[in-house]
Amino acid sequence: MKLLKFFAVGILFGLVMTKSEAISWFRIQEMFHFDSFHMFGIIGSAVVFGAIGIYLLKKKGVRSMMGKPLQLDPKKMEIKRLLLGGTVFGLGWAMTGACPGPLYVLLGQGAGVILVVIASAIFGAYMYGVFKARLPH
Amino acid sequence: MEFLRDVISIVSQPWHWAVSGAVIAGIMFLLLWFGERFGVSRSFETLCSIAGAGRKVSYFNFDWRRYNWLLTFIGGSVAGGFIAVYLLPADEPVRIAQATVEALQKIGVKTPETKAEGLGFLPGELFNFASLATLKGLILMVGGGFLIGFGSRWAGGCTSGHGISGLANLQLPSLVAVIGFFIGGLLMTHLLLPLILKL
Repeated sequence: MKLLKFFAVGILFGLVMTKSEAISWFRIQEMFHFDSFHMFGIIGSAVVFGAIGIYLLKKKGVRSMMGKPLQLDPKKMEIKRLLLGGTVFGLGWAMTGACPGPLYVLLGQGAGVILVVIASAIFGAYMYGVFKARLPH
Repeated sequence: MEFLRDVISIVSQPWHWAVSGAVIAGIMFLLLWFGERFGVSRSFETLCSIAGAGRKVSYFNFDWRRYNWLLTFIGGSVAGGFIAVYLLPADEPVRIAQATVEALQKIGVKTPETKAEGLGFLPGELFNFASLATLKGLILMVGGGFLIGFGSRWAGGCTSGHGISGLANLQLPSLVAVIGFFIGGLLMTHLLLPLILKL
């Protein structure tokens, strides 16, 4: 039961990713060609709505439903890992036209071959774990 | 009943970007209220941990049950993708800017114009099992997937963790990561992808 609410929010995520067309390889290409405002509008408005909400939540001292502080810990400013890791991620994003969330949504749409992409991503995460100590952070 | 039919027909068509952005922010708030944080790429290392990678690599040596919620969320998003396409189908495939259609045509990728040609979510001629046997298909699917997994964990987050959660929380590190996403994305789109598709 405790997990059911996460399943429900996941369904909503699958819906919004599909209906916003953010899962479209073509939309991602369009974004990287700067030919449409669509993707920038989605991410931008999510960030603006999110920032206003988080500001209000912090101001009012809202806690989670379990009464704990919200998970809003600051991220560490590790330039190398952010920039290098981010660039590597961006290369993959433009190739597959999907970031991690959309990969799972595409699977639900019946694109079975996406399992290969997900398996490769899991293997990529594994190789990051293997080489972590030798990479700049 | 008439009203319900109207709602279903509106929800089935593509959503305006501002509506989509509001819903995504809403998902982030719900996860925060549930005591978690919106970020999908952690699922990759969680799945590594479940597969027993923690025995060999200490990075994966954590209690993956902590991320049961994320795996459940992902199960939901698979179901959501199914519902969105099969129960609430849109009338037309994705319509992208004409300039992109032409740019893609130049590198040999056809944008579907009718639903019979595809929904416009994935380029069908590149992303299929037979294409795995071609060099470009292998690079795009296996190579692309690998870079997504490797890069998101190196950067400490993906579009959801840095792009949405981090930026909404005004985290400068997340802005640096997003700049990285675009460096990589632009490099691939404008320089590398045309070369890969020639293979």
